[in-house]
Amino acid sequence: MSKRPMPKFFEPDTQAFWDATNDEQLVYQQCKACNEVVFTPRAHCTSCGSADLEQKTSKGDGTVYTYSVVRQNRNPAFADLGAYALAYIDLDEGFRMLSNVVGVANPQTDVKVGQRVKVKFEKQDEGEYLIPLFEPI
Amino acid sequence: MAQQREAAIVGIHEYPSRYDPDVSAIQIKAASIKAALDDAGLKWSDVDALYDAQDGEGGGGLGLAAYLGLKPTVLDTTQVGGSSYEFQAAHAMRDIAAGKCNVAVLSYGSKAATLRTPIGTGGATGGGSWQANMEAPYGQTLIANYAMVAHRHMHEFGTTSEQLAEISVATRYHAMRNPQAVQAMNDLQFVGVNEITIQDVLDSRIIADPLHLLECCMVSDGGGAVIIASADVARGTKKKPVWLIGSGEATSYRENGGDITTSAGAQSAPIAFAEAGVSPSEIDVAMIYDSFSITVAVMLEDLGFCKKGEVGEYISGGRMKFDQPGGPALNTDGGGLSSNHPGMRGIFLLLESARQLRGESTSQAANAKLAVAHGNGGLLGGTHTGGTVIMASD
Repeated sequence: MSKRPMPKFFEPDTQAFWDATNDEQLVYQQCKACNEVVFTPRAHCTSCGSADLEQKTSKGDGTVYTYSVVRQNRNPAFADLGAYALAYIDLDEGFRMLSNVVGVANPQTDVKVGQRVKVKFEKQDEGEYLIPLFEPI
Repeated sequence: MAQQREAAIVGIHEYPSRYDPDVSAIQIKAASIKAALDDAGLKWSDVDALYDAQDGEGGGGLGLAAYLGLKPTVLDTTQVGGSSYEFQAAHAMRDIAAGKCNVAVLSYGSKAATLRTPIGTGGATGGGSWQANMEAPYGQTLIANYAMVAHRHMHEFGTTSEQLAEISVATRYHAMRNPQAVQAMNDLQFVGVNEITIQDVLDSRIIADPLHLLECCMVSDGGGAVIIASADVARGTKKKPVWLIGSGEATSYRENGGDITTSAGAQSAPIAFAEAGVSPSEIDVAMIYDSFSITVAVMLEDLGFCKKGEVGEYISGGRMKFDQPGGPALNTDGGGLSSNHPGMRGIFLLLESARQLRGESTSQAANAKLAVAHGNGGLLGGTHTGGTVIMASD
């Protein structure tokens, strides 16, 4: 449990993504016109501009593309976490997401580029959304 | 394309203090503009174009001209973070070449040290936009974003912290020769105002793996101004003109499957070099935005000084120092790492390039004829901009 900042709404591009997290679903979009995978979510395809996007659910499996262990963050919301691993995760469906790698004893030694990870949804002390995080498989 | 010499830097000023609680940012801008006009031998009323990054209290596109008491015919409010001034210099070149103006002013003022602005370690607080809503829960500090580029570069190419430390070492070597930089490090209470070694960098604490404290820029007050004038005006100014001969602009952002070890500079630099009609191997001075060591490493590759992935080898052995052969002199004022970083360092890249091409630097590269300034705005491992400006001595 922690006190991560929540997404804020009204924000129409990201509402469906966060609604889905409360059902423990990690969703992304794919363009029906050109098949481009679109992430982060928005109302148009970043390849062809089409508004005809389909929402799909990821299996939540991915690979750490890169990471950093944050030792200093002046934002008090992260004070309880200690040093934590920030990472880009490449999901198997073809989208890249910013998240944290959690569930390791020591992020400085236990998180690696190329590591396989799986999504988990974490409830926070405050706020209405579950936050998708990743754990080594 | 034949090299054009239609616009030149004719006046420069760097606000000397890095910690000045008694002034406002817009006062720093105005004082710097006056000093830069004096440096050029131009009058306040000669100014007919303002370029502004929307910094300074009560300034911006609506406020700055009113504060200064000027009525410019060109008003450009390009704001792309730390690269704003390279973009603005590019726009001033175009506007002067098009006959829209003759005396263009770029200015900057910031109070980041006095206000204790946590630029690198503040973390995203907000949320509420398409981008912020996907990032706010994860505690991405600005430093950590750049650090993610470093880890990927290390993973793909075997780059090491020892190699990246060379950038901090060379920059401090230059800073110790610049009295303003020495004063800055004293005023901002640096531990050890002296030349540093690779081991010193590695022994400094890690802020966000793999970046150490001595690989991170300072947070200072400061500012400055640059006067860019037409060839006609430049012929009558006090100092030798420094010609703007090429520019390029680009943006880059996180893409699915994208390569974050390559920056927007890979797009902006070839455009600038082609316009200038010169190659990276001819460059004497490289002023590259050193927010962090990794920023410079990536840019050295993207600007074409070495191939992608080879920068670790390239920077080893100290060739970036102004008095060493084998590469351009890097960040000879002491850089953002050791001289001046109030948040948007891009203007200082133009200022020190001009000093070098006039022969006025405190770490003067021998016979400097060509300089490149490359500014980076935003997050290197996320959404960012790159602006490249190539300059030639008279």
